Amino acid sequence: MSELSDRIKDVIAQEPVTLFMKGTPQMVMCGNSDRALRALREAGAPVTAVDVLPDPAIRQELSALSGWPTIPQVFVGGELIGGADIAQELAESGELTQILETKLGADYRDEAEVRVVDVLTPAQR
Amino acid sequence: MAADRLESLLRDAFPDARELSVEDRTGGGDHFQVTVASSRFAGLPLLEQHRLVNEALSEPLRDGTIHELRIKTREATG
Repeated sequence: MSELSDRIKDVIAQEPVTLFMKGTPQMVMCGNSDRALRALREAGAPVTAVDVLPDPAIRQELSALSGWPTIPQVFVGGELIGGADIAQELAESGELTQILETKLGADYRDEAEVRVVDVLTPAQR
Repeated sequence: MAADRLESLLRDAFPDARELSVEDRTGGGDHFQVTVASSRFAGLPLLEQHRLVNEALSEPLRDGTIHELRIKTREATG
């Protein structure tokens, strides 16, 4: 396993909600990433965003780990929830809130900030 | 045309599909909305339903034919 793969795994395991997306929440570069981000925000989720665009290796390693071919990918409590369509459908049905409560606790909204982390080491950037 | 190729891949994977459509969302031949209603989805969580669609389309996803994919799945009974 590569260093990058380990770093991706760590972020997924440690962050309550991880969104792998094209761009950042401040500058979203793709319609599907935008839909996933909106769904999470509407549910009041804390979002840790990882931009996959700086290096194609991020997307390759991520898809190898998750078995999911497309971006965005949403993880809650270390587990893959799905892409933009699933995030949106679950948000509309209210199930996303239930998943967040089950995995993160009923008070998950208290930490509802959006932040960005980088999975590349300084040498890789 | 890319949409036809996607539709034939989906027909092969979901021969029973009650509903199956591929829409070229932008007319550019790389942004697609696919809708599938199949008994293969019965009892499966949404994540696994979408996985089946992604698997059926793994080739065009890998070779760059599909730039953006939207998926809508429905359980069909009988």
